[in-house]
Amino acid sequence: MVAIRPAQASDLPAISALDARLTGLDKPEYWQEMLAPERHFLVAETDTGVLAGFIAGEVRAWEFGQPAAGWVFAIQIDPKVRQRGVGSELFEALVTRFKKEGVTRVRTLVDRKDHLILSFFRAQGMVAGPSLQLDLDLA
Amino acid sequence: MKLQTGTRLGLYAALELARDPERTLSAADLAERFGVSSHHLAKVLRTLGAAGLVRGGRGAAGGYRFTGNRRRTTLMDIVALFEPAPGQRAKEPGEDTDIGGALQRVLLEIDEIAEATLRSISLETMLKPRR
Repeated sequence: MVAIRPAQASDLPAISALDARLTGLDKPEYWQEMLAPERHFLVAETDTGVLAGFIAGEVRAWEFGQPAAGWVFAIQIDPKVRQRGVGSELFEALVTRFKKEGVTRVRTLVDRKDHLILSFFRAQGMVAGPSLQLDLDLA
Repeated sequence: MKLQTGTRLGLYAALELARDPERTLSAADLAERFGVSSHHLAKVLRTLGAAGLVRGGRGAAGGYRFTGNRRRTTLMDIVALFEPAPGQRAKEPGEDTDIGGALQRVLLEIDEIAEATLRSISLETMLKPRR
């Protein structure tokens, strides 16, 4: 139902707009940076060529002292096409690319109050990782 | 982390019934499967029934089946039926002191992480074979 392919510069306006609509934060420069060659930035589009969702990630070695792992930085699915497996297809496509780079682990960071995205990653089989994120308010 | 017996049995019963929503199992069937008291399980099934997650159970041999939504029901939804909600608990003596307050912040952090875990796992995810 959707086709998965690498994102191109021409996809950025639609990606930025979908993300801004869902998060309330407009960050076009961030999405521009995701097009860097060492990153995996994939889009899912419907058969009429409309953006259904996207996923971005990268393999990073020795991040926080851990051996190389694929990191998922972002995933967004248009609410109109949710519950149809688009997110799972994007996740699988990214994992396939990570495996080709030789890593055996995929990681992400999620807000613990964001139960929707937490449930999505759980449904992909992800569990709590070996690290705990710590935080300090400097304000 | 230790769950109260009722909570554990509630999770066992809901998950076992959700495995196949077409199938009916009695409190005795479920009790035998998990090696627990059928009296206690019958009580737990009534709680799950009142929440709309299971239906059935006429008499001791009456069968129950799962009537909830596997994809939408999380472990937390079931835990919350049997455990007091975190915000509902009575104030402990000493909580107003600086040490009591500091301890409370640590316990709250642990509760929040536990809740995030339980709320993010649906019955569907639990019943899926692990990848």
